[in-house]
Amino acid sequence: MRSFIKTLLLFSAAISIVWLQGCKPKGTQSAVSGDAAAKVYVAPGKYDEFYSFTSGGFSGQMSVYGIPSGRLLRVIPVFSVDPEKGYGYSEETKPMLNTSHGFVPWDDLHHIALSETDGIQDGRWVFGNGNNTPRIARIDLRTFRTAEIIEIPNSGGNHSSPFITENSEYVVAGTRFSIPMDNSNGDVPINTYKSNFKGTVSFISVDKTTGNMNIAFQILMPGVNFDLARAGKGKSHGWMFFSCYNSERANTLLEVNASQKDKDFIVAVNWKKAEEYLKAGKGKKQSVKYAHNTYNEKKHSATSVIETEVTVLDSKELADMVYLMPCPKSPHGCDTDPTGEYIVGSGKLAAMIPVFSFTKMLQAIANKTFEGEYEGIPVLKYDAVLHGEVKKPGLGPLHTEFDDKGFAYTSFFVSSEIVKWNVKTLEVVDRVPTYYSIGHLSVPGGPTKKPWGKYVIAYNKITKDRYLPTGPELAQSAQLYSIEGDKMKLLLDFPTIGEPHYAEAIPAELIMKNSQKIYKIEENQNPFAALGDKYARVERQGNEVHVYMTSIRSHFTPDNIEGVKMGDIVYFHVTNLEQDWDVPHGFAVKGANNAELLIMPGETQTLAWKPERIGIFPFYCTDFCSALHQEMQGYIRVSPAGSNVAISFGTGKTDSTAIAAK
Amino acid sequence: MKKIFRLLSIAALVLNFGACNSSNESTTAESKEVVAKSGGQEAVQDDVSQKDVVKIAVGSKDHTTLVAALKQAEYVDDLSNAGPFTVFAPTNDAFNKLPAGTVEGLMKDDKKADLQNILEYHVAVGVYKTENMHDGQKINMANLGDITLSVKDGKVMVNGVANIIASIPAANGIIHVVDAVLLPPAKN
Repeated sequence: MRSFIKTLLLFSAAISIVWLQGCKPKGTQSAVSGDAAAKVYVAPGKYDEFYSFTSGGFSGQMSVYGIPSGRLLRVIPVFSVDPEKGYGYSEETKPMLNTSHGFVPWDDLHHIALSETDGIQDGRWVFGNGNNTPRIARIDLRTFRTAEIIEIPNSGGNHSSPFITENSEYVVAGTRFSIPMDNSNGDVPINTYKSNFKGTVSFISVDKTTGNMNIAFQILMPGVNFDLARAGKGKSHGWMFFSCYNSERANTLLEVNASQKDKDFIVAVNWKKAEEYLKAGKGKKQSVKYAHNTYNEKKHSATSVIETEVTVLDSKELADMVYLMPCPKSPHGCDTDPTGEYIVGSGKLAAMIPVFSFTKMLQAIANKTFEGEYEGIPVLKYDAVLHGEVKKPGLGPLHTEFDDKGFAYTSFFVSSEIVKWNVKTLEVVDRVPTYYSIGHLSVPGGPTKKPWGKYVIAYNKITKDRYLPTGPELAQSAQLYSIEGDKMKLLLDFPTIGEPHYAEAIPAELIMKNSQKIYKIEENQNPFAALGDKYARVERQGNEVHVYMTSIRSHFTPDNIEGVKMGDIVYFHVTNLEQDWDVPHGFAVKGANNAELLIMPGETQTLAWKPERIGIFPFYCTDFCSALHQEMQGYIRVSPAGSNVAISFGTGKTDSTAIAAK
Repeated sequence: MKKIFRLLSIAALVLNFGACNSSNESTTAESKEVVAKSGGQEAVQDDVSQKDVVKIAVGSKDHTTLVAALKQAEYVDDLSNAGPFTVFAPTNDAFNKLPAGTVEGLMKDDKKADLQNILEYHVAVGVYKTENMHDGQKINMANLGDITLSVKDGKVMVNGVANIIASIPAANGIIHVVDAVLLPPAKN
């Protein structure tokens, strides 16, 4: 009887499921088609088709996912310290996080830009911006490690960045917050915003061979808020388009006060013209302070240099360099299509998408079809530069990516959906809900001249009930949709690290072929390296004790160290002698106030340790390296300050006397 | 209190399932467990968080016409999202002041675009509190049309026709209850 009731209950539940699906066509269950699982299944041992480089937002890091599986492959430490990898804790990596404000162990990494050659992703570097203490980082895709970080002066926060040009000539940095310039007196009343606060956009050149960044020039701009940007491509190569809001130049309650005007601007910068002005000496040298940090792979260590000068071009004084295109309602995204002809503005408070024409823009400039000036910069007539408007596409358009078939995909935060539309005809052809409140979205190759298509990935701001609950804080959700057919199809939800703002996906073969397996030990130029057990030693220099240590399966040399005294600072310089892929060694010592080291094969890293009590302190390898990993350990003895225990060290000595130091 | 709460959740259920009345009338509380998700957050099971603008409207006996209109215009999903929204919410009496047959006409399927336009003219993205409103202020609404506020003796009037008679903070914005329906100006 009981089982009969149970069956009946199950039956009615089944009926109500069917019924609900039938009348809720937007439901997840009906949105996921039967073959979704097969489409995202990557069999064990098989590779994903794409890498997706995903910003970590407030985690400050960048994470790497395989697409279509949504498997997390790596978290690359960029702007935030990472105790797991010793990043920002080891003596070698600390300089990477140096700024003109000193050591800054965190940032807010917003956007991704993969390097390009002729407008096509080339898989060499990926760039990310630090929104809080303005910076741009370059990650080397052979090692998946942060190779360079450059600070941006004259910036209040680097949001409109890095957005790369089609031959990686430049990455850009538009200030989100306008501020008094660095070389002026910043001690002014905040309500003098309109007279004292200025904006800048910076063009950071990228060396073709090394990737090294250099601030080529900055353009002085009105004191608005720069939001996002995209480079022109093809016919519009040589131009950069920045969206901006707060043309009201409000300094309080922007929620209301920056939404007063019907239109803000898309700022079109002719950077080829800017280069001419620069060459002609029209730039003004300004004294500033910013850090430029580079990681040397041979020395396995970073250096930080404080630079003191930048060249500024004034948008007010130099003609034909900057134009403004009116764009409705606090534009956010500003995306150029693969042909370079169309610039899609997304007024985040608007219920339409304006699409601008590059050809019309050039005509309007030639014919001086201006509606006036804003802070000395010509404002082009809206109708003269408009290709057309996508009408009633949804509420709150944010960002647009493109596929290889002439379609655009725009994210709508307020109405929580992706809308597919035809770039030429501006007709909406499909829409799918996202769960919930999508921010950025990503099509592989979507911002380039050559989109790879196939998928669109939604990066949602709100997760609520999508996963098993984990208390008040939930993982951010990414959602993968197939765009191969006419209709977008939801395939997969996967959680992400931090809060992804933007992500860029690239075919795996463009990167995996260059992936580095080891650092060659004979190329190790770290001044503290011990390139073999025979070079292992301990040296005292005043109150500094330098331990030149090696690690190889399954011991440290030396593993018994004596003669350290209270008041000393011990530097453990650990060289991993392994020359075998995927055999890092870790190093951790009891009571260390910083972190562990994680040392790649052939690499040297240093941990500073200041003993705070007398005694014996074990150290050990943290990365399971071999069957005798658990035996990979050692001891360091700390004696009182006035002790006469001499420096001694060794490995494998069975008697109680270790080898005396020279 | 408990009873009100229960009524509210039943009302919410009715709203969620409203579109399906024709196929099945016998919805019971049990089916709460198998609510299909739509694009918005209105189906998220959460009785603890502060109520959003939709849930507040659903809980108000004076706004049944507005709620029905939001449902017909398919704006329940959108307004359950993060917003933030400022919603000018005409009461049932406000709708009754419109010429006879107006509401019924707008509720027809072929008038959905008109209904959406009118409702969008009642919603702004952003939180506009009365204490920050000033005489002559314009607010651009979701349909891209402006409303104009007038402030006299601390009382706010919209477009010279609708008085703000109450303001209710919501999880995802604020509701200003108004005593007249705002009609969008003709598009230029």
